[in-house]
Amino acid sequence: MVAALTRVFGIHNLELAEDVVQDAFCRAMETWPFRGVPDNPSAWLMATAKHRAIDVLRRERTARTFAPELGRLLESEWTLVPMVDELLAGASIKDDLLRMMFSCCHPKLREDVQVALVLHILCGFGGDEIAAAFFSTEAATYKRIARGKKVLAESKRLFDLTDHDCAARLPTVQRALYLLFNEGYHGASAESAVRADLCQEAIRLALLLLDHSLTARPSSYALAALMHLHAARLPGRLDAAGNLSSLFDQDRSRWDVHLVDRGRQLLDQSASGPQITEYHVEAAIAAIHANAARAEETDWNRIVELYNLLMTIRPSPVVALNRAIAVAQSEGAERGLEEIQAIAGLECMADYPFYHAALGELEHRCNRWAIARRHFQAALARARNPMELRFLQQRLDSCA
Amino acid sequence: MSQFVYLYRSGARPTRSAEQTQQEMQRWMTWLKELTDKGHIKDPGHPLERSGKLVTGKARTVTDGPFAEAKDVVGGYTLVEASDLRQATDLAAGCPIFEIADGTVEVRPIMRIG
Repeated sequence: MVAALTRVFGIHNLELAEDVVQDAFCRAMETWPFRGVPDNPSAWLMATAKHRAIDVLRRERTARTFAPELGRLLESEWTLVPMVDELLAGASIKDDLLRMMFSCCHPKLREDVQVALVLHILCGFGGDEIAAAFFSTEAATYKRIARGKKVLAESKRLFDLTDHDCAARLPTVQRALYLLFNEGYHGASAESAVRADLCQEAIRLALLLLDHSLTARPSSYALAALMHLHAARLPGRLDAAGNLSSLFDQDRSRWDVHLVDRGRQLLDQSASGPQITEYHVEAAIAAIHANAARAEETDWNRIVELYNLLMTIRPSPVVALNRAIAVAQSEGAERGLEEIQAIAGLECMADYPFYHAALGELEHRCNRWAIARRHFQAALARARNPMELRFLQQRLDSCA
Repeated sequence: MSQFVYLYRSGARPTRSAEQTQQEMQRWMTWLKELTDKGHIKDPGHPLERSGKLVTGKARTVTDGPFAEAKDVVGGYTLVEASDLRQATDLAAGCPIFEIADGTVEVRPIMRIG
């Protein structure tokens, strides 16, 4: 709703659009207890926001400039109401969401600011929720959002998808959605409910990319496939006692088969065009895991090949670490340890608990208990939330 | 049974998160539903806008109501049925308005003729 109103008011009036929506929401909260909840609450909210928007446009059209490309149409009483009606109709709202998404992923903004903006404006998350999800303070988050809004306000209008730089900005948008999903999936936030929300929102927005001919690129399909295949594993990530469970020990019958199917479909659809992106490769890896009913049945050789490919597309120490773990699965723990020692930029992972945990795991398999213990202790000292803490403690106890 | 009016008064609304606002609405819904189920609601009434005009004096001077800042603005009303003032007052004690600063419920019997 904020996205649609921003289209009407112009992006420099983003705050005004937010106020109108907030006002509609407050009205609902005040009148519904007395007069009852309407049959279609979201339509009611939309209608209320629309009336408020028209009021604001009438009152302020001399004082402010609204969306410049609509200027004349909003000035005349004859065109004002039909124009707002059309702009707030269902089909154009989807477009507005997309355009807002592209606006938020402005190249002048840092990735964390882009993600915070998307969460705040498109997903309606409050500063406190975003702060919790990203392990940051509320004040820092609000500052980040304010900085982002300032840059948005300078751009005067929503990003136009027919612009020649739409293709150039698409990877930035995909990256922001990928980070958003990952934050939900691997994130350091303790609250598991918040994390599932983040994943869901990321999937919703990624699917939106597939709704528009200009953004439904093979890479967008691959991104959506990757999210579905990973989200399918969410129910298995916690065991019955609510403890974190590793990919090797998960009860795979709890994986969501519908999400797996949908992910596979999307992966098939992504296989067109000449370009292989990191999303293609990661989705392919996730699909192999989904194919194995038990961890031992996994085609680890194929996974190592895919990680080799991923290292050429988007090399990083964490990718290299995952590759080394796959090597350990196919060629034995000693080989895995060699691969870890050979990782370039190893020192970047010094604070990453699962780097130490991986070392511990492999040493454990080589029956070097004392060394494994030391690694698990190092991992434990770097755990970021109670769930990781319990998980790593368990691993440490297993070396006794 | 006698009839009463509840006048809900409060100061300016504090800014709160969407979730808190939703929780507050839920509390109002629960409370009003409970009274309705027990047959105490004659008319649920309406919430009122916090803006308006004030007409005063012989000269009928019209001013903008200084409602926004005042601590005791009437924010809504409900028409209630109860056996007596005591019961009406007891029922008002469950109102969620006491959760916010300066929230009061004024319980006023409707004057009966004859």
